[in-house]
Amino acid sequence: MGGIDLEQFKQIFYEESFEGLDTMESGLLGMTEGESDLDVVNDIFRAAHSIKGGSATFGFSAVASFTHVMEGLLDEMRGGKRDATSEIVNILLESVDEIRDLMTAYQNGEEPDTDAMGDLLNRLKKATGAGGDVKEAAAPASQSEAASDEAPREELVRQGWHIEFEPHDDLLLTGNDPVLLLGELASLGDISLSVDDSKLPPFSQLNPEVCYLKWQADLKGEIEESEITEIFEWVEDECDLVLEGIFPERKKSDRREEDRRLTAVVPGEGDRRETSRREKARRPTDAAPKQVSANIRVDTVRIDAIIDMVGELVITQSMLGQLGEEFDMSKLDRMRDGLEQLEYNSRELQEAIMKIRMQPISFAFNRFPRMVHDLSQKLDKKIRLEMVGADTEMDKTVMEKINDPLVHLVRNSLDHGLEGPDERKAACKEEEGVIELKAFHQGGSIVVEVSDDGRGLNRDKLFDKCVEKGLVKESDILTDEQVFMMLFAPGFSTAEKLSDISGRGVGLDVVRRNIESLGGNVDIRSVFGEGTTFVIRLPLTLAVLDGQLLSVDEQTYVLPLGSIVESLQINPEFLSGVAKDAQVYRLRDEYIPIVCLSEVFETGDISENLANKLLVIVEWGDKRVGMLVDDLLGQQQVVIKSLETNYERVKGVSGATILGDGTVSLILDISGIIDLSTDMRGGQQTRAKVAA
Amino acid sequence: MSIVSQNNAADSQYLTFMLAGEEYGVDILTVQELRGWETATPIPNTPSFVCGVINLRGVVVPIVDLRDRFGLEFREPQPTTVVIIVKVEAVGKERVVGIVVDAVSEVYDITPANTQPPPDMEGAISVDFVTGLATIDEKMVILLDINKLINEGVLSLSKKAPVPA
Repeated sequence: MGGIDLEQFKQIFYEESFEGLDTMESGLLGMTEGESDLDVVNDIFRAAHSIKGGSATFGFSAVASFTHVMEGLLDEMRGGKRDATSEIVNILLESVDEIRDLMTAYQNGEEPDTDAMGDLLNRLKKATGAGGDVKEAAAPASQSEAASDEAPREELVRQGWHIEFEPHDDLLLTGNDPVLLLGELASLGDISLSVDDSKLPPFSQLNPEVCYLKWQADLKGEIEESEITEIFEWVEDECDLVLEGIFPERKKSDRREEDRRLTAVVPGEGDRRETSRREKARRPTDAAPKQVSANIRVDTVRIDAIIDMVGELVITQSMLGQLGEEFDMSKLDRMRDGLEQLEYNSRELQEAIMKIRMQPISFAFNRFPRMVHDLSQKLDKKIRLEMVGADTEMDKTVMEKINDPLVHLVRNSLDHGLEGPDERKAACKEEEGVIELKAFHQGGSIVVEVSDDGRGLNRDKLFDKCVEKGLVKESDILTDEQVFMMLFAPGFSTAEKLSDISGRGVGLDVVRRNIESLGGNVDIRSVFGEGTTFVIRLPLTLAVLDGQLLSVDEQTYVLPLGSIVESLQINPEFLSGVAKDAQVYRLRDEYIPIVCLSEVFETGDISENLANKLLVIVEWGDKRVGMLVDDLLGQQQVVIKSLETNYERVKGVSGATILGDGTVSLILDISGIIDLSTDMRGGQQTRAKVAA
Repeated sequence: MSIVSQNNAADSQYLTFMLAGEEYGVDILTVQELRGWETATPIPNTPSFVCGVINLRGVVVPIVDLRDRFGLEFREPQPTTVVIIVKVEAVGKERVVGIVVDAVSEVYDITPANTQPPPDMEGAISVDFVTGLATIDEKMVILLDINKLINEGVLSLSKKAPVPA
């Protein structure tokens, strides 16, 4: 390997391995008790095998040897000799975790901690060797005999290996030399070698580039299997290799069993082309579904489309350039057309590029089946996870950041939201609790809901707790929603007992902060005794926004176009006050609360002359409010810049942008403005109360 | 003007500026650039000393009026009014902030030898932000810890206590 820098390949290998592990995990979770779908098992096996091959190549011996043992078990499942009992699935899941840990350690350049591995390794081996009893009754006699013989065999001392090495015709073409391989083999111990030249054609028909020979070797000595497989690592796709341990007094049936196992193991999918062809030939049912990757892989069609668009853009640009060079007023129209074309081109290009970043939310959802599976066992609850709208696409950056909050919310629902089976029975619910993850688009945002049908939030208990923590005063009057939102206050925890799953009282405030830093917000809906739903609302993308420019008190602001329902001139007749300070506008049959931007932002007084103002009806979630603005300016796409980069988050403002004239304009955050306006009203109420 | 040995490791260069007749100095290494005054876009619901944000070559940078922050009398921007763009370490990351001053003055080498510790003072500019008082050519220069000023005197104050909804 000498001069080749392995590092660059390592990165790819890590990525592929983690993908492989995900495949294995989701496959395992998809297995129903006592039934192993061959396709799924094959997928898992293939993933394990790729990881084994790669890790051996890169010298990650811990992973390679561990995966090898795991493969043994998988192979038995694949051979239909073992059912996917929950015990086996659990062992395999733990193994997946172990491999992931090992890989992470290697990736971080640490020596992996192999201590924990030993126990798992033993369990794996035990499951591989001894667990034949699962199918024993149904299995043919010879097989069960083989399986039950395996356990004692482990204890026998292996005296060496019997190796059958049969290169394929094209071994020499790939630049491998059997002599070198055998030479290396000989270096491991005492070897007795015999060559089988029966396939050798007459000299006249001999093709010097084809390998006709095969070898049998008996290798004596205490040699690990991995030492031998390592030698043949590079040619495992170009040869058939049979490895058997040599034991004193072996039973014939046992030997056959071992043969079968290892032959199946060795030809791998290091070379996909080759293997898939062969595997298909061997098992016709084995149509491998391609796993979608966790990193962005872009369809070449999309890239070609982008290249076309760039081509158009260049043409437009050169057209404009030419126009500009010899411009006179007679060409004004052409110039205008050209600029229009340029706008069209750049918008299309931008959309196409944004599309590349969009990924289905299933990438974020996929980890939850595993989590629910593990935690439901740990908590001794019966839980069903339902996922709706996993195809909903969202920006990759947003998705990466939403992961942790989602995990937290799901854990929370599992631990606090759902009751145990007994409590559920007592409440006349189905024993099995349901957690639902739901994603969908709404306006310019994406909504993710985490809901459970558990015990729901107890408003009064929560309120008492808030008072106890000094977050509110007992005399305060809060809506249910406001009380629920107290869950997100820092340091708040309602769990009566702490657990290691959640309930340390840190977290929900972090969840809210994370979501808000993405320009989103989170709400709680809950009915006591029936369940709780967390609603996360996020912007579709973090980069560009279609905005409506508007002016209030001589300042220009940007409002996300997607949230605007309509704008209208105010007709004072439809304006009415509800109590003090609160105003509503009657729009057709609906009363819409009014938010005065200059009041909220304290940039001016509430103008008495409302008739001159415009009302922009905006929608946020299920809320609708009318915003009073002075004027509507143009619509344009704006690039979102964070205020937090150099300053900090400002309520009511989701970011800033730079307009065409170079000035900075703030992007309005509707939910924040609604909150601000509510706070303001609330504040006035409290003040009024104090005065009274 | 500055006649101090260049080799002394404790020497620091300070950029000084004028604020209501007093001369203040900041470590020149924190200064990124100087700009003329330009109107900033105000940010709602922030303390009055935050003038707003400006566009610094595509980056949105907040501007702080030091006169206001130090409780000095308000003055309309003059031709000499300058925005000093400083780079500070705040909450684990680098932030770029502009401070509005009456005028920039000089660059001095200042040694610990001609610096006195800050006296006990009460006032809007807490002693914490002053690292010392230096005497240069019989004039007093107030040396500021700009990092601390921005972190504790600006950013933490602009955070209105989160009102639980």
